[in-house]
Amino acid sequence: MKMEVIRPGLLSTVQDEGRYGYRRHGVHPGGVMDTFAARTANMLVNNLRNAAVMEITMTGPELRFHENSLIALCGADLSATVNDQPVPLWRPVALMAGSVLKFGRCRSGLRAYLSIAGGIEVNEVMGSRSTDLKTGIGGLGGRALRAGDILSAAAASWEARAMLQQLLGQAKLGKTQMKGPIWHLSSREWPLYQKDPVIRVMLGADTSKFTRESLERLYKEQYVIAPQSNRMGYRLEGSRLELEQPMSRLSEAVTYGTVQVPADGQPIILMADHQTIGGYPVIAQVARVDLPVLAQAKPGTRVAFQPITHEEAQQLFLEQERRLQLSAAFIRRRLTETGDRQ
Amino acid sequence: MLSPLGEAGVMIRCGDAISDEVHRRVISVCAWLEGNSFPGLVELVPSFASVALFYDPIVVAESARSALGKGTHRVSPYQQVCRMILSRLEMLEDSVHNQFRTIVIPVCYGGPFGPDLEYVASENELTPDEVVAIHTSGEYLVHMIGFAPGFPYLGGLPKRIATPRRATPRLRVEAGTVGIGGEQTGIYPVATPGGWHCIGRTPLKLFRPEHDLPSLLQAGDRVRFEAITEQDYMEWKEGEG
Repeated sequence: MKMEVIRPGLLSTVQDEGRYGYRRHGVHPGGVMDTFAARTANMLVNNLRNAAVMEITMTGPELRFHENSLIALCGADLSATVNDQPVPLWRPVALMAGSVLKFGRCRSGLRAYLSIAGGIEVNEVMGSRSTDLKTGIGGLGGRALRAGDILSAAAASWEARAMLQQLLGQAKLGKTQMKGPIWHLSSREWPLYQKDPVIRVMLGADTSKFTRESLERLYKEQYVIAPQSNRMGYRLEGSRLELEQPMSRLSEAVTYGTVQVPADGQPIILMADHQTIGGYPVIAQVARVDLPVLAQAKPGTRVAFQPITHEEAQQLFLEQERRLQLSAAFIRRRLTETGDRQ
Repeated sequence: MLSPLGEAGVMIRCGDAISDEVHRRVISVCAWLEGNSFPGLVELVPSFASVALFYDPIVVAESARSALGKGTHRVSPYQQVCRMILSRLEMLEDSVHNQFRTIVIPVCYGGPFGPDLEYVASENELTPDEVVAIHTSGEYLVHMIGFAPGFPYLGGLPKRIATPRRATPRLRVEAGTVGIGGEQTGIYPVATPGGWHCIGRTPLKLFRPEHDLPSLLQAGDRVRFEAITEQDYMEWKEGEG
């Protein structure tokens, strides 16, 4: 399956779950920002969870599919259409050869994930297909997609091929050129991409070194995501956070979701392309289950923080994994059902 | 000594200062845990005085369930990982510290590759040749690699050539540039903006994504700098292809 980039959109890149094992070499894991949406998109077309997908930011691309393809779109609602027909999200969709997928207004969220049965095939660099724009490695030459790029997918699973055949083999599709099954993933399973999200945070390495008033402000007031935010970090604007007394701190490892506070008192949340080592005081760590919510928040969004214990956060993460595995089992059963009831 | 770093990390603190002793401990802990891995261990990241251990909480939870049977769900993956770390560190032998490598970094000092050499010299009331002699006389310790791919944090800069950072950072410092910033010296692996004084450039590639070990230097390595001529530099570069 091949797809051609007619227009690239604002920032469309190839990403997988990230590049692990190289943090000690200064290489951050990177990978998709919203791991939940990307993983679900892969599940819906029966891909392995680490298959490469397209991460589409805010203004979507225009893509032509050269062959019949089974795709899924999850995450942000960027008004995707094929021949002016809206493409449903959170379910597999069969596209006929020649279909052109377009995106429009950003209705909710910030990043959409496009999976294609088989997964986008680009060379692995250090065990990952993720594009790292900063270092210029991975994906398609380490860069964002450009007009004229042609992306191939690896061989799709037989389940995905059977689903594709079944959907396209049904009634005449006419002008719509696409067909989805009647089932879809229940919206109860999607993370809440709220307008003004509440993000749960646990203690960071230096939480106790901040003034009590600062910690109260962190939990009572809202912070606005600044326009300079990107895949590396979200800069927040709001009440100043201050240390009890100035401290010099040895640089040490940081991770996705670490909340640092530089001298100006305005917090920065490290995102997927974060640096591996950081020296600023760390006031908090975002709960992993809320990182997809944060990844979907655009600049200007108001964010509130709520404390959570480390143990609760880890339990929530295990619970989310359990539900994802149930969803995966549900989808696999649907994909393999013969004579899909339609 | 142990604290969480998110739901998939543990910070193992080995001290609270930059010293050779703390560094030895960091490298020993790192090497020991690496040699005595457990299911779910993803990677280790040494820094000045700590080792961050990253793990997969799902794998840890599953392996705990299958090893210990029912009733273990009350132990969180974090607690489980802490137990495994502590049981391994109990057996830690302080014998790893002899295994360091010494890596010689050839540097073409001054001229177009080191536009700030004169400045560093005059600030310290030395001649440029003296700065080069002092910079090449020292042995430097790689405390950690981080911040950017392949970027080494080096310890051991002789104080006589320490120079405060530039008031205005350069918009572009070329890959391979050797710089001095305050009491630190280092090498920029990739072109980036930077505020350190550029005193020379190495033809070596510090970040090589195509290698198994993508960073030329590793925490625990010793580094020496060796002065080369511009002609050596060019030949070296050509040899690198």
